[in-house]
Amino acid sequence: MTAETINTETINTETIDTARVGLRWETVCLVDRLLPERGAAALLAAGGEPVQVALFRLADDAEGGSDGVHAIGNVDPFSGAAVLSRGIVGDRGGVPTVASPVYKQVFSLVTGECLDDPGVRVPVYPVRVADGWLQVGLP
Amino acid sequence: MKELVVVGNGMVGHRLVQAMRDRDTAGAWRITVLGQESRPAYDRVALSSYVDGKSAEELTLPEVADPLVQLHLGDAAVALDRDARVVRTAAGRELPYDALVLATGSVPFVPPVPGRDLPGCFVYRTLDDLDAIMGAAERAVSAPRAGRRSAVVVGGGLLGLEAARALRLLGLSPQVVEIAPRLMPVQVDEGGGAVLRRLVESEDLQVRCGVSVTGISEDRGRLIAELSDGVELDADLVVFSAGIRPADGLARGAGLPLGERGGVLVNTACRTPDPHIWAVGEVAALEGRTYGLVAPGYAMAEVVADRLLGGEATMTPAELDMSTQLKMLGVDVASFGDALARTPGALEVVVNDPVAGTYAKLVVSDDAKTLLGGVLVGDASKYATLRPLVGSPLPADPVAMIAPGGVELGADALPDSAQICSCNAVTKGALREAICGGAHDVPALKACTRAGTSCGSCVPMLKTLLAQEGVEVSKALCEHFAVSRAELFEIVAGTGIRTFSALIAQYGTGRGCDICKPAVASILASLGTGHVLSGEQAALQDTNDHFLANLQRNGTYSVVPRIPGGEITPEGLIVIGEVARDFGLYTKITGGQRIDLFGARVEQLPAIWRRLVDAGFESGHAYGKALRTVKSCVGTTWCRYGQQDSVGLAVALELRYRGLRAPHKIKSGVSGCARECAEARSKDFGLIATETGWNLYVGGNGGFTPRHAELLASDVDTDTLIALIDRFLMFYIRTADRLQRTAAWIEAMDGGLDHLRAVIVDDSLGICADLEAAMESHVAGYADEWRGVLEDPEKLERFVSFVNAPDAPDPTITFVSERGQPVPVTLGLPGVRA
Repeated sequence: MTAETINTETINTETIDTARVGLRWETVCLVDRLLPERGAAALLAAGGEPVQVALFRLADDAEGGSDGVHAIGNVDPFSGAAVLSRGIVGDRGGVPTVASPVYKQVFSLVTGECLDDPGVRVPVYPVRVADGWLQVGLP
Repeated sequence: MKELVVVGNGMVGHRLVQAMRDRDTAGAWRITVLGQESRPAYDRVALSSYVDGKSAEELTLPEVADPLVQLHLGDAAVALDRDARVVRTAAGRELPYDALVLATGSVPFVPPVPGRDLPGCFVYRTLDDLDAIMGAAERAVSAPRAGRRSAVVVGGGLLGLEAARALRLLGLSPQVVEIAPRLMPVQVDEGGGAVLRRLVESEDLQVRCGVSVTGISEDRGRLIAELSDGVELDADLVVFSAGIRPADGLARGAGLPLGERGGVLVNTACRTPDPHIWAVGEVAALEGRTYGLVAPGYAMAEVVADRLLGGEATMTPAELDMSTQLKMLGVDVASFGDALARTPGALEVVVNDPVAGTYAKLVVSDDAKTLLGGVLVGDASKYATLRPLVGSPLPADPVAMIAPGGVELGADALPDSAQICSCNAVTKGALREAICGGAHDVPALKACTRAGTSCGSCVPMLKTLLAQEGVEVSKALCEHFAVSRAELFEIVAGTGIRTFSALIAQYGTGRGCDICKPAVASILASLGTGHVLSGEQAALQDTNDHFLANLQRNGTYSVVPRIPGGEITPEGLIVIGEVARDFGLYTKITGGQRIDLFGARVEQLPAIWRRLVDAGFESGHAYGKALRTVKSCVGTTWCRYGQQDSVGLAVALELRYRGLRAPHKIKSGVSGCARECAEARSKDFGLIATETGWNLYVGGNGGFTPRHAELLASDVDTDTLIALIDRFLMFYIRTADRLQRTAAWIEAMDGGLDHLRAVIVDDSLGICADLEAAMESHVAGYADEWRGVLEDPEKLERFVSFVNAPDAPDPTITFVSERGQPVPVTLGLPGVRA
């Protein structure tokens, strides 16, 4: 894995200010490794702790062009299982979502918020594609 | 506070209590109910469905929970002191009354023949009677001796035919003995009787008309029924269903006048000459005549409730609805109104088709303008529209109304005053009012008007009325597709579209979701589009299908190799044991006669499959909405009592239908005799061996709402059986809703099981060849899904724990040992709530 500080190409900026000092870009894999409309899990580290991230590549993401990618926490808050990357991708009223495979609650890929239980949310990570490499921004 | 005592907790007594509580809003009456049976009121009209697997709880009528109602069960009234206005009970209770309603119903009439009290002789009236009959039938069927197990049914009326059918279901060969020259003499005329007899005989019931039973004797543990023509019938049990007599002993003992043929004599207000005593239901002789049907009883209950609260309601014999409908195994009989044309000058219009096995008759007034009644045999589908028209002007030529391909009458032909539900006296007007008031589906209409809650024959009419009132029931799959699953299936099959993206672009909106994607995945799989993880299809699969394994609570998976019919070699068992040991898996035997291996991580799945596939195993599809397992007993392979090779058939069926994807999971079972050790009647399709072939039951399931499967076809040979199952499964796959199991699918069908039988046994839609061809193509195209992954590097690539660390185990997964096996540590939940 390489840590870089390149500037943005495709960045979701909903939850993290990219100008923040100390944001590391972890390179995960070639974006082509991800099946369109399907997730994959990545094992990363932040502050010395392992962090599981669920990565999604959408076929035609209006937010981010043809390589629209999203990264949220992989742990399902309702079961504790690290499985959100294995859920079905879709949308609710145009918002891209994933449904947890355990108890089927739906989460927004944009904000991490659970749309079936608005008090619950999972982390969202900035993500970008550089030269075909998928990178996740970690503190 | 006035005291009302109701003697009898049958359907009519229960209706009276309901009507009183509905109307007596001021709480003027306290009600005490005496029930002779130990159970609370139940649906006696549906008594025979108990043999079909309905439970006593399901038959129980809704409880009237009210502090003003007290119910004493298992206690009969034994004496009535009219001067003191007190009822005395068997348990010694003394109940004073201001009003007493006799709702004691009837007792079965048993002709006074010698031997009628022998063990093995039964009547057919209460759930306790049915328990006794079922017990005796079970003992007869399992007795270790050769030969048929038979029963004699005394009486060929409505109840006798129902009893005969029930005995047939219990594995006996029934013979019906009827003293009249035809079956159902009260409801059906000679022509209808002849058609009915042919239909009944084609269902393997023997019929003897014009003879009576003259005596019953015991012979080496069985019974012999001697008939008036000298014939002797041997039988394992005898059931008397030769009619009923009013249970009028209490009134008789108290000196109340009785009808000429028994029954408590009452006037049109349902009151006896004693102003404090009333009678309703089968015990009441309304102006001298008793009525053995529930609808008139309900009408009387409503009259008495009205009167007790100061009303002026009356009920004349002419106003009573004498309609009945019998639904037997493939035999429909209905009669309504003046079926036997007793009205002076009445004209009869008959359409008799012995070839098709149908007979229809309308009775019309002498000017041919008003419908008075009718009889339908063999096809009673017009009952729901014709019965409410009794007493109304004929909307069309009477011949055209009953001729095949004639006028189809809809609900719009009916006046608002027409009774749609005769069991509960609900008019079309009342139903329309309920629909306008917001009852927008059948369950809501049932709850709000009680229509359709007794015999159910008017339910199709309720649907028609809903449609006519413009109630649109949304059948949209989800926000992305405005069509139902069945419509989507037709779209995919008809257009040739084979990708989700093309389908949603042309027929839907948005990106899809976890509802429509798996539904489309299932449809595509049913149409034979190759491996479920090929191309775009992979992204549609639910997590179980996506990893060809079952997700468990800690994010690990379980693996179930196919063990067809539950039959496995010692070598096979050893391989499964070794794989489990080598990968540290928890093993458990499932309910479906297979072995489940738990605790596999995603990245371990291919290696586990490799070992299993190399040993000759394949995927058992435990993860799919697909055929799961065909359970079996050991049948003739080992069993002393087996009648057919249940293991062989189960293996063959499981291998034939393996991999078949459907709207929901499909389970099956095969039992080698009527002892039913494989529990086949709790399955979507189940087979029970008979002496000559197989009985096919469909629409059963365990799960949240258990349902017993119902008999679709009996005594079929193996080839016919497989054709029927092919058709059944394919028809289900094409027309059911998303996640709708077969039981609910059949229930939601217009015409239910009868319609299903028409489609897949009689080919009424002409689609059977097509359904069979579709199944043949599934069978030819089957391939093991595990092997499909193992042989394709691209698919294998997805079976990694992490895209950037393919073999690193998920750090959240840990196990502890319990009873010598690994089980998941309960996961801590991240603090997510604000």
